[in-house]
Amino acid sequence: MYAIEAKNLYKNYFSEKSGKFAGLGNSKTQYNTNLNSPSGDLGVGVSFEVNEGEIFGIIGPDGAGKTTLFRILTTLILADKGTATVNGFDVVNDYREIRKCVGYMPGRFSLYQDLTVEENLKFFATVFNTTVEENYELIKDIYQQIEPFKKRRAGKLSGGMKQKLALSCALIHKPTVLFLDEPTTGVDPVSRKEFWGMLKKLKAQGITILVSTPYMDEASLCDRIALIQQGRFLNIDTPQNIVNQYKNKLLAVRSKNMSKLLKDLRSNKLYENSFAFGDAHHLSVNSLEFAISSLEEYLLKCGHIDIQITEIQPTIEDCFMEISRDVARRV
Amino acid sequence: MDKVITASNLTKQFGHFTAVDNISFEVERGEIFGFLGANGAGKTTAMRMLSGLSKPTSGVGKVAGYDIHTQSELVKKNIGYMSQKFSLYDDLKVWENIELYAGIYGMNDREIKEKTDKLMHELNFERERDLLVGSLPLGFKQKLAFSVAIFHHPQVVFLDEPTGGVDPVTRRMFWELIYKAAEDGITIFVTTHYMDEAEYCNRVSIMVDGRIEALDSPMNLKKQYGAANMDEVFQKLARKSQRTE
Repeated sequence: MYAIEAKNLYKNYFSEKSGKFAGLGNSKTQYNTNLNSPSGDLGVGVSFEVNEGEIFGIIGPDGAGKTTLFRILTTLILADKGTATVNGFDVVNDYREIRKCVGYMPGRFSLYQDLTVEENLKFFATVFNTTVEENYELIKDIYQQIEPFKKRRAGKLSGGMKQKLALSCALIHKPTVLFLDEPTTGVDPVSRKEFWGMLKKLKAQGITILVSTPYMDEASLCDRIALIQQGRFLNIDTPQNIVNQYKNKLLAVRSKNMSKLLKDLRSNKLYENSFAFGDAHHLSVNSLEFAISSLEEYLLKCGHIDIQITEIQPTIEDCFMEISRDVARRV
Repeated sequence: MDKVITASNLTKQFGHFTAVDNISFEVERGEIFGFLGANGAGKTTAMRMLSGLSKPTSGVGKVAGYDIHTQSELVKKNIGYMSQKFSLYDDLKVWENIELYAGIYGMNDREIKEKTDKLMHELNFERERDLLVGSLPLGFKQKLAFSVAIFHHPQVVFLDEPTGGVDPVTRRMFWELIYKAAEDGITIFVTTHYMDEAEYCNRVSIMVDGRIEALDSPMNLKKQYGAANMDEVFQKLARKSQRTE
């Protein structure tokens, strides 16, 4: 049995103002050439399965449909079309059962700002008909980091601490499936790393985790991921397989003047698929037509010094950009 | 090169708690200055002092030539500000938002009209001009919000995590707008949690526990800390933090 199974989920928030479709699934037939979903889906909605004990990432920018998907799966809203089950329970007919066994951390901090840390935790335990003590072992590692502040009002906590509290409250009733909607957005890189460390420990306890994030570097920390954009899944696979499917050759290019380098790359048709990537520019080329020596020659001619060109393995971000570029071209 | 921002021994205390602890630094005109730090390190408090929103407990600061303690209203008139949490009014149209903000900054009607036309053309927003901002995708909103923040051509613009949650391509397009503004002489003071964006800055400062623990170009910081990239520099510095919040 899958921990989560979704078939053709579709939700349309048609906007009168913009005249555009927004939501989950697509108004046209789903672009699914790269999907490895065993359900072999064809149709307008999104489909995927999550195995028990998996950390499954939904990776995509704001507005892609991540929160809509989470709200459907946690039984908070109804899909327009399609079906879904969590732990074998149907999201429409058995919603009460699902609510007892899932934990949910929504995108924005939604605990009670004017209750203290411990009051919030106690509240959630009570609502789920349990006590803080009963499942304390599960949250101990996380909660102990904020326990010194247990008498502080939740609204006065820093971003990182709010995350820890929200996670503790989502776990207090010992759920088997955890839904985390952008838990690390707005959190600094160190706290993000810590948070993912906590998730790995929860996975070791057998909890299935569905987590969404716009941070592409977090994708590699998941067992499998789905890349989502504008309501559609672009690809579903392990991070490594997605990287292996990258069609072109990827190069990291550097020179003394990075700003000029990007302009010079872009102004040449051969090198137009170049993007800034922090301390290097990433250049995607069709391997058959390309030669490093010609690129170097071109850059020297443009007046660059300290030129460095190395072939690199693509990151999930590179893959996401390549796939969404392909999709944009086809539309 | 003249200094658009100067801070000397800037401190902010809330009761017994010292949020910003004696920080000093300078930002030059046209610089892209990255202001990094963990949550709770004191970045927002420092930015609020520099943008004239909060008075320092001690120390001095000057932004766009005005004293942040005694001339905070003049500071506000000469800066731009864009935050991820709030930028434009969703229930106003694109052009209405521009008119509102430009009016608040004292631009006259003719200037506003001319500049709006120019901006719509540059951003390729002519079709979206009459749409409610709330109906725009996030990437559009970000670009528009930034353009509105610099519409009155301030000396310096403060950007508080401007690219949070935005898709990778739009994020890069946004930074191209930042580069263009810097080339036009606008000084950029930006905070971000994306460490690859730290690399795009001329210099970066990292706050830990209310103090500035590092301030230099990304290249020098990487050499100094023996790091391959800014993420590693950040991890090394921020992990020393005593403040667990």
